[in-house]
Amino acid sequence: MEQAIPYPARRWRTFWRNRLAVVGLVALAVVAGACLVALPWSARHYNDQVLEAARRSPGLAPPIGTDILGRPMWARCLFGGIVSLIVGLAAATIAVVVGVTWGALAGMAGARTDAVMMRIVDILYGLPYILLIILIKMAFEDPLQTALGNAQLANVIILFVSIGSVSWLTMARVIRGQTLSLKAQPFMEAARALGVGPAGILVRHLLPNLVGPIIVYATLTVPQAILQESFLSFLGIGIQPPVPSWGNLASEGVTAINNVESFWWLLVFPCGLLSVTLLCLNFVGDGLRDAFDPRTRS
Amino acid sequence: MMHRVASRLLQGLVAVWAIYTVTFVLVIVMPGDPFETEGRRISPAIKQALQQRYGMDSNWHFYVSYMGRMARLDFGESLRYRDWTCNQIIANSLPVSVALGTWALFVALALGVFFGVMGAVHRRTLVDYATLAVAIIGISVPSFVIGASLLIVFGIMLGWAPVGGWGTMSHVWLPGLALSLPFMAYIARLTRLGMLDVLGSDYIRTARAKGLPPNDVVWKHALKNAFLPVLSFLGPAAAAILTGSFVIEKVFNIPGLGTHFVQSVLNKDRMLILGVVVVYSGIIVLFNLLVDIAYGWFDPRIGQEGT
Repeated sequence: MEQAIPYPARRWRTFWRNRLAVVGLVALAVVAGACLVALPWSARHYNDQVLEAARRSPGLAPPIGTDILGRPMWARCLFGGIVSLIVGLAAATIAVVVGVTWGALAGMAGARTDAVMMRIVDILYGLPYILLIILIKMAFEDPLQTALGNAQLANVIILFVSIGSVSWLTMARVIRGQTLSLKAQPFMEAARALGVGPAGILVRHLLPNLVGPIIVYATLTVPQAILQESFLSFLGIGIQPPVPSWGNLASEGVTAINNVESFWWLLVFPCGLLSVTLLCLNFVGDGLRDAFDPRTRS
Repeated sequence: MMHRVASRLLQGLVAVWAIYTVTFVLVIVMPGDPFETEGRRISPAIKQALQQRYGMDSNWHFYVSYMGRMARLDFGESLRYRDWTCNQIIANSLPVSVALGTWALFVALALGVFFGVMGAVHRRTLVDYATLAVAIIGISVPSFVIGASLLIVFGIMLGWAPVGGWGTMSHVWLPGLALSLPFMAYIARLTRLGMLDVLGSDYIRTARAKGLPPNDVVWKHALKNAFLPVLSFLGPAAAAILTGSFVIEKVFNIPGLGTHFVQSVLNKDRMLILGVVVVYSGIIVLFNLLVDIAYGWFDPRIGQEGT
């Protein structure tokens, strides 16, 4: 019965049967949808400072309270969500473009080239990503800032690039492994025997077979990048205020908690949104992996 | 085996050199002068004298001479903290980070493997779900939030641990726990998956059939094979634990290498940046070598010539 269903449809069917993954997808859609729908308002109000209304606890007037400078937390959390999600998506995009190219080329080339390219990945893997990110940030942020004339934009772009520059490594490894195993399959040999050139093999025969792992690992890159941004924010080198992100809101929240007087809403709301999103992304990614990754096919 | 270790060591040296070179290029590209901090202008003559004093008048010369010094384990003088050599700074802070990291890695490994085995042996019981819950927290909550929460509960409310600082054994366990949690969770899941795989295999059935004590079958026969994925995770995990310890060090106010990692870059303290990076990557390379050797012991198929 199962055999009548074409391959991709069967894979998707496996995915939709994974209850955790579907719940994750729905919750993710709710959070991202809320951030998107509120964007026109949150973008206008996230930096509204009303010092008399500072540190107001959640209630009716500001729904989930205000921060130290009296800015409405709802706007900051929702706008911060947009920023964090974009960080994640940008990193995933870079991971796909660079990682797939790198991995596929290494796998196709084989021999010496492959060895050298994978050694480079190993070396970057061993480097602490925080250090790499800081160095890239320090080296290129100021020039970019003068070129763009906009400090906030330069900060965000550099953050994308630097997080992206460490996020493609896993993708490259996986894709290279897949390429190697695909290369040994009869249909590839047939294509070569029929005189298809390397470019044709790469685009027509290799890439379509890599779509599964690409989707899986792109999905798993997003939560990682969001988490990395939060660490950077905590160390004071992430998204710079006044622009909020879930990471820098949560790290502000951590400092606002003490045993004398806890401004718990400063931590609970951004951190809650962050955690739920990370969790859902991981569920969706795991579900996709169970359905699409040939290595876990049982 | 010796051949393998030697070639790995050589590869490691090449890796450290490559990391040094990449870092050097980024440090040189970095705008701003290391001697003109916080907008303080200094006259060209003084600047030249300073550059000469630190051997930085030519980038190429600096690159080569600093490499030579490092080969003798001399990391030069800090440009920012006058009267401090990088060796002194590193010697003060590295042991702290390494102690914290080792403790965290040990905790993550011991508890992670224990929970993983228990989860696999007692599937769908409280133990199994408890490890899943810890894993969920480990992947979804940033470690600084975990750290701060532990600090509030155990440090302030219960008073079981000092609220930060460093010096005695009692200072180690709470930050170590906070640091190890995400890794413990991951190791537990890896072990559980591996164990489920192995426990269904023929040789385990044979071992059980010939009447070996159940505990021996699980902890000796099955675990040795189920441990392989965990072992290959340990290399990247050690790097990540040392990096993650920067965040935890800040939460618990621990005087480790982490502050210098971030601060040296912000200070444009070239010598300290390079020194810290090289020491750090040297540790990672050495650790990966150890993991590699251990791998040969756990899986005798690896480690033969030609692999």
